[in-house]
Amino acid sequence: MRAIENEFVRRFVVPAVASTALYWILVSIAYRNDYYMYVLTMCAINVIGATSLNLINGFTGQFSLGHAGFMAVGAYVAGSLTKFGHWPFVGALLAGMAGAAVAGFLVGLPTLRLRGDYLAIATLGFGEIIRMLIINSDKLGLKFLEGPRGVPGIKRYSTFGWAFFFAVVTVWILANYIWSTHGRACGAVKEDEVAAEAMGVGTTTYKVMSFTIGASFAGLAGGLHAHLLQLLHPASYDFLKSCDFLVMIVVGGMGNLTGSVLGALFVTLITEALRKLLELRMLAYAVGLICVMLFRPEGLFGTREFSLGALRFLAPRRPVSQVGGDKSGAT
Amino acid sequence: MLEVNDLHVYYGGIHALSGVSFKVEEGEIVTLIGANGAGKSTCLKAISGLIQPRSGCIRLKGQALMGIPAHKIAEAGVIHVPEGRRVFANMTVLENLEMGAFARSDRSGIEKDLREVFRRFPRLEERKYQLAGTLSGGEQQMLAIGRGLMARPKIMLLDEPSMGLSPILVREIFDIIKSINAAGTTVLLVEQNAYMALQTAKRAYVLETGFLTMEGPCDKLLADPKVRSAYLGE
Repeated sequence: MRAIENEFVRRFVVPAVASTALYWILVSIAYRNDYYMYVLTMCAINVIGATSLNLINGFTGQFSLGHAGFMAVGAYVAGSLTKFGHWPFVGALLAGMAGAAVAGFLVGLPTLRLRGDYLAIATLGFGEIIRMLIINSDKLGLKFLEGPRGVPGIKRYSTFGWAFFFAVVTVWILANYIWSTHGRACGAVKEDEVAAEAMGVGTTTYKVMSFTIGASFAGLAGGLHAHLLQLLHPASYDFLKSCDFLVMIVVGGMGNLTGSVLGALFVTLITEALRKLLELRMLAYAVGLICVMLFRPEGLFGTREFSLGALRFLAPRRPVSQVGGDKSGAT
Repeated sequence: MLEVNDLHVYYGGIHALSGVSFKVEEGEIVTLIGANGAGKSTCLKAISGLIQPRSGCIRLKGQALMGIPAHKIAEAGVIHVPEGRRVFANMTVLENLEMGAFARSDRSGIEKDLREVFRRFPRLEERKYQLAGTLSGGEQQMLAIGRGLMARPKIMLLDEPSMGLSPILVREIFDIIKSINAAGTTVLLVEQNAYMALQTAKRAYVLETGFLTMEGPCDKLLADPKVRSAYLGE
């Protein structure tokens, strides 16, 4: 066990080994079946979307409903760059991330002074604005985006491998952010803005920072999503898409990274599994959600982070000054 | 050390502070007393930047504080322990204390101050890993003060530290305030419990609906018939 106490091993080697192992296990189970591979890819994309939304909603306490909007920005930027600009896939994804980050920053700066419901409405409005801009893009001089018809013919670059890789990287980066001093400051902002400000935390800075980081990963999810569906379409990124992510993090547990990973898997897999029920599907889905909220209102995982298995190693342990408490073992 | 000059604060159309001026010298405990709505908390919030005064001047050792964002003022050493404690309920006691030292980066100094806070508040050390929201009111107040101390303040603004505490705890909290002051921290104390505040502080200012009406050494005010009838229930 001594190796695990080594900072480098714990932070880099263990996550890399664990996720590689998980990847091969998943692939060896699913590789014969295109549908399974598609579902797994979707799961990975939703993990990115859910964890990044949880950074904003769960860890920083800023209730955003605009995640699909940032996803749309990432999707359209990345999609048009590979299709029209013939950019390499990863480059286009990063550009999509950057685009979404810029959008997040621009939206966050004015709206994050709002609180609670007001912020939710403002971000919801933003998501709709993005969608409306895209629907009317052909009249706004961006003819190649085809407005409401969408852009077909995006190459299917989003293999499970890429999606899985980016999901792991996302969770790893978010975990490192959340369990850093900055993450602690975000937690303070969530808990009590006045007290945080009085302790020397620049609350606006941290809110905008979380929002921008969250938005950029939503853009990454969007880019991957576009290259999985092979289509850019405004209807893919409507308000309901934001709600899906919200459901994932609430089901998994607000402010719990493990929870949002599992919430994303849970919701994605359930929606797929219920396909057989045809028109009863949404009903069963709704009943399932109601049950989760009735019996586990704190989410499936509450505030406990997963302690065993691969995920624990994705997250660095708590900061050094808590070492004394680590003797108690599992957190 | 802290100088407030002709401070005017408005809440919308309400003139909450009308030309308040006072001074806190280094090493003093100064208290602001007054009834509900007199503007005591408003005064502290204006100093720590949590609200923006309309006009006036606030200086810390000659450096103007007005217009600077609250977190910068905290970094400058003015630490506000807000009314109602406002501990981070879902963080552990230790995490709360670490948040107090957020603006600092001298690791060894932080460690030292942490030990010092635990020495002063042994109860907090016992509950190091407990969520702050599960502490009792008195413990939360100790945590709020401890968290303030972790910032190593030049001046500490204490807003109603006795609020909602039992008489024994009130006494304890005031003893703590005295000992913090004896250890070198200047304190500006806002209190409803005028009697305890006047016994603890050296000088006092009396606020009435936004105006300073009296000031002076505490023993004088304690003997003043007007203060006695208005604030000490005689």
